[in-house]
Amino acid sequence: MENQAVLQMNHIMKIYGNGVVANEDVSLELRKGEIHALLGENGAGKSTLMKVLFGIESPDQGELILNGAPVTIKSPQDAISKGIGMVHQHFMLVPSLSVAENIILGVAPRRGIFIDMDKAVESAQNIAKEYNFDINVKDKVEEIPVGIKQKVEILKALYRGAEILILDEPTAVLTPQETDELFIQLMKLREKGHTIIFISHKLDEIKKICDRATIMRSGRSMGTYEVADITTQEMSKLMVGREVSLTFEKNDQQLTEQVLLKVRNLTVNNSQGVLKVDDLSFDIKGGEILGIAGVEGNGQTELIDALTGLNKKYKGIIEIKGKDIAHSSISDIRSMNLSHIPEDRMTSGCAKNLSIQENLFSNQYKKHRYSGKLMLKRKAIEKRSDELIQEFLIKCRSRKQNVGMLSGGNIQKVIVAREFSTCPDIIIANQPTRGIDVGAAAFIRQRLLEFRDAGCAVILVSADLTEIFSLSDRLAVMYKGKFAGFFNDAAHVTEDELGQHMLGIKRDEVLEGVLYE
Amino acid sequence: MNNAKRFNALRTVLSVLIALAISFVIIFMVSEQPVEAIKYLLVGPLTSKRNMGNVIESMIPLIFTGTGVCIMFSANQINLSGEGAFHVGGLIASCVAINMSARVVSPIAALFCAGIVGAVFTAIPAVMKITTTADEMVSSLMINYLALYFGNYMLNNVIGDPKASAASYKLTEASKLPVLFDGTRVHFGIIIAIAVAILGYIFLYRTKIGYELRLTGENEEFAKYSGISIVKVILISQLLGGFVAGLGGGVEMLSPIYARFTWTSLLGYGWDAIIICTLSKKNPLYTPFAALFLAYLRTGASIMARRTDVTLEIVQITQGIIILLVVAEQFLSRYKHKLIAKEAKAALKEEEAA
Amino acid sequence: MWKAILSPDFFGTILRSATPILFATLAASIAAKSGITNMALEGIMLFSALFGVIFSSFTHSAGLGLLLTVIVGGLIGAILAFFVLNLKTDEILAAIAINLTATGGTVLLLLAYSGDRGVSSSVRSVSAPNITIPLIEKIPFIGQILSGQNVLTWLSLLAVLVMHLFLYKTPLGLSIRSVGENKDAAESVGINSRKVQYIALIISGALAAMGGFYLSGGYMNMFTKDMSGGRGFIALAASSMGGNTPVGGFFVSLLFGLAQALANVMQLTAVMPYEIILMVPYLTTLIGLGVYYYSQKKKKERLSGK
Repeated sequence: MENQAVLQMNHIMKIYGNGVVANEDVSLELRKGEIHALLGENGAGKSTLMKVLFGIESPDQGELILNGAPVTIKSPQDAISKGIGMVHQHFMLVPSLSVAENIILGVAPRRGIFIDMDKAVESAQNIAKEYNFDINVKDKVEEIPVGIKQKVEILKALYRGAEILILDEPTAVLTPQETDELFIQLMKLREKGHTIIFISHKLDEIKKICDRATIMRSGRSMGTYEVADITTQEMSKLMVGREVSLTFEKNDQQLTEQVLLKVRNLTVNNSQGVLKVDDLSFDIKGGEILGIAGVEGNGQTELIDALTGLNKKYKGIIEIKGKDIAHSSISDIRSMNLSHIPEDRMTSGCAKNLSIQENLFSNQYKKHRYSGKLMLKRKAIEKRSDELIQEFLIKCRSRKQNVGMLSGGNIQKVIVAREFSTCPDIIIANQPTRGIDVGAAAFIRQRLLEFRDAGCAVILVSADLTEIFSLSDRLAVMYKGKFAGFFNDAAHVTEDELGQHMLGIKRDEVLEGVLYE
Repeated sequence: MNNAKRFNALRTVLSVLIALAISFVIIFMVSEQPVEAIKYLLVGPLTSKRNMGNVIESMIPLIFTGTGVCIMFSANQINLSGEGAFHVGGLIASCVAINMSARVVSPIAALFCAGIVGAVFTAIPAVMKITTTADEMVSSLMINYLALYFGNYMLNNVIGDPKASAASYKLTEASKLPVLFDGTRVHFGIIIAIAVAILGYIFLYRTKIGYELRLTGENEEFAKYSGISIVKVILISQLLGGFVAGLGGGVEMLSPIYARFTWTSLLGYGWDAIIICTLSKKNPLYTPFAALFLAYLRTGASIMARRTDVTLEIVQITQGIIILLVVAEQFLSRYKHKLIAKEAKAALKEEEAA
Repeated sequence: MWKAILSPDFFGTILRSATPILFATLAASIAAKSGITNMALEGIMLFSALFGVIFSSFTHSAGLGLLLTVIVGGLIGAILAFFVLNLKTDEILAAIAINLTATGGTVLLLLAYSGDRGVSSSVRSVSAPNITIPLIEKIPFIGQILSGQNVLTWLSLLAVLVMHLFLYKTPLGLSIRSVGENKDAAESVGINSRKVQYIALIISGALAAMGGFYLSGGYMNMFTKDMSGGRGFIALAASSMGGNTPVGGFFVSLLFGLAQALANVMQLTAVMPYEIILMVPYLTTLIGLGVYYYSQKKKKERLSGK
């Protein structure tokens, strides 16, 4: 039984409707009762492979063998009936329904033509008890914390008889305690004979609980390894492809006199009224990169939205070059030479059905160079587009190609080209290299350093710690809307120390050097 | 990209052909003389100068409302009150044209007023959206009925000629648009219409505000992030779209077709505009071609209706089917995916070779 | 005038004019709950108004006529679903296409069936009967309001109850609500969202068909061109003002009935020109939409703290 393959995916290829090749040639083999890591950078094709397995996407090539027999999985329903369950990165719950209703959704017990609500609650409670999940099944999903939501997701899969359980980056949204708790649950599931696919790019977690690991890089599988037999360095090398020198040549710092961005007692609630940024103050001068680290969801997004004018409903003071921006529009703020690389390139960074050219000028078409009083100056725009495409090494057929047809890395380059070509004084870069290939990432990081040397103030929010470490001059850690730690010299912080601040284990009460006063 | 474009063109043509085929089947089912009917429908418009004139003449209102809708839809404002704007445009133009008889000045004044009132009507949903977040689509549908009954009220109580039934006083001759070709009713409006289509194109694709509009239409979050004022875009797109539709109503009213204001029901040009907009892929420059196609179909249908037992309304069915197929993204999608996958694979090979 | 307003007749008028809107509103609600804006209601009602006349004259029975009409309504709902769900057509454009087809198709069909142009004057259709229920009739005032209402009015009231139970107490209702609220979530547990939305749109079409049947076989007793008069559009507004719930939609529909009844009274007492009276339902909708969304906006602003 030990080495029996429950599932084989052989030479899977998937091309999306926009021409993006997400899986070029991927193979994966699962043994019964193992926790199998699927490891790879963002954009390596992990999620696509799992969507193929779960019947959300159909592969263009390749075969699936489940318990020795070839199968095609046409829909999630099909996958579920074959004993495959998936816990998605973004929870698949219906907020207005109760936990029990979510669990029994689609397989509700009946009394006559109606739902037997009593029985539903009872069976939901039973399955929670069976797997030792401490959950009140009558709570409404919109009112429970993230960690519990994830448990509900796992229960949902188990309730439907999942033997193979896919967990897509399950720890990304969890606190350390919640992560530990999850790991205990997963090990218990393994004991009960469930097979688990654990998708992650966190090597330490994989070391901790996985038996074997399949590593993916840019749409291909790079092999499967016993986790005990491979070091984290080796894994990271396979994942990234080559040993990237992450230590950039950093020139000596030349700080400007002027504080370019001043934030005092900034407090922001999100649209549900939850406090996300809590009385935050800091300064930044030209010629430095302020790195902001932290587990996602600790107020980074809300902070950036307030700084860039996307959200005007904040309390406190934000000053750009000495001017209070409380009543400035986004356009006003941008004309103060502020550039912004947004967190999610597809929702707010570009218009995928417009051409590269049209995407390159959204922040500067009003400039005299590119337009008169009424009309756009087409020649100048076309010329500049071609220049930018060359300068930023954007791989495309022409400036007229729609942005949606490009790969993630090239889309990001279009955004960066646009934001960097305005000669900014302040750059706010939110996850600037997320999910893009290594070459493009290195290119963007190098550019950020050049801007710093030229006297620009850079705020870098990133979940990628190596990026944070190698670029930042000063370093802040956000935890629950506050800076839990602040380091005036990023070079002297250890990863361990940073981690403790990120997880809120260590919280500095007095932060030195946050303000230039 | 090339393949994708070719595919879109192919799909549009196929949609039209299928729609026609279905219409033929219906004609065979309802008519005693189907072959005759189809013949009139297809070649009727070419049979006389007068009929060809009819095609051109019925293109005119379609180009106006089509361009208006292109402008609104480009900003992703699904405002469906072009219909109402056209109606009040015609109403106001006739009010002016009844009372003014100065050469040149009179039609210009009438058309200008028509445009303005059209803009006011389509701007109501826009203003409501800005102030209350009410969905513009539903509120714009109500505007059409308000426009209709407002027109009826004016006709019955203000401009109605007591000597005529359900008609206004006569429009002054000086207000009418001149006929361009003798023996037809093709009038000066066609020149204005084509100018409007070209201006509409320039506005959307060559001006700053047009760029803002399209950016907002494609991705509002991105536009906001880029510093574009969404409120401004919502307002301008709908004011302008309504102006053009209202202008169209005015032009139609001042054409040789009408001597008095007689519209007691909505004419449907606002809805036709949506077909025009769909066929021309939201680009005003293509609206004259789409309008030509629709106008040809209608002229053919009306010849058919006069000569045979098939009614004019068959065209509405044909139009309905065309929209359905043209906008059905998945229609022929397997073929499209094959094309794109082929291209992607070729690109992969290229990369590997490099 | 006040005397007219306080009479049972007046309340009866409210119910009578609310009936088609109520059917359409329920139709809009179930579609909206499943995540689709069904703007084709207008066309479906128009088609059904015609089919009601044709089928009832053909079968000499209002009941059979209604049944067949409802089937056709469901069928049109399924066609809409096919285009929106299978062919990924924009739901608004698909609806516009159906509405256009209805405008032309009804005239064409009527002509082909009876030779009538625009008005079904030569078709001997059978209208749905008015009914009185002996016990209820005896209740003072309320009895007078309800007594003698059309069977379809009764049916519309029943439909509110049935739809409420269906949406909130049955497994399929739960599926519909989940698909509408979070389609991915529903699909992730194996609910076939396409099937669920098909069902919702078919039910939506069937409900709209009852409303359409009532127009030509209850409210009036013949078909006239374009007789749906934007009721399908009003229903979209009414449904969203009622939070897309059957009970909410019921109260909003009553409001429309009230506006219409008031307009009728005013027309009788001749305080306003006829055309303005005709504007009442549309004006009510416009103002209602404004007020509703404004209050929603304020509510949201209060939540986010500023």
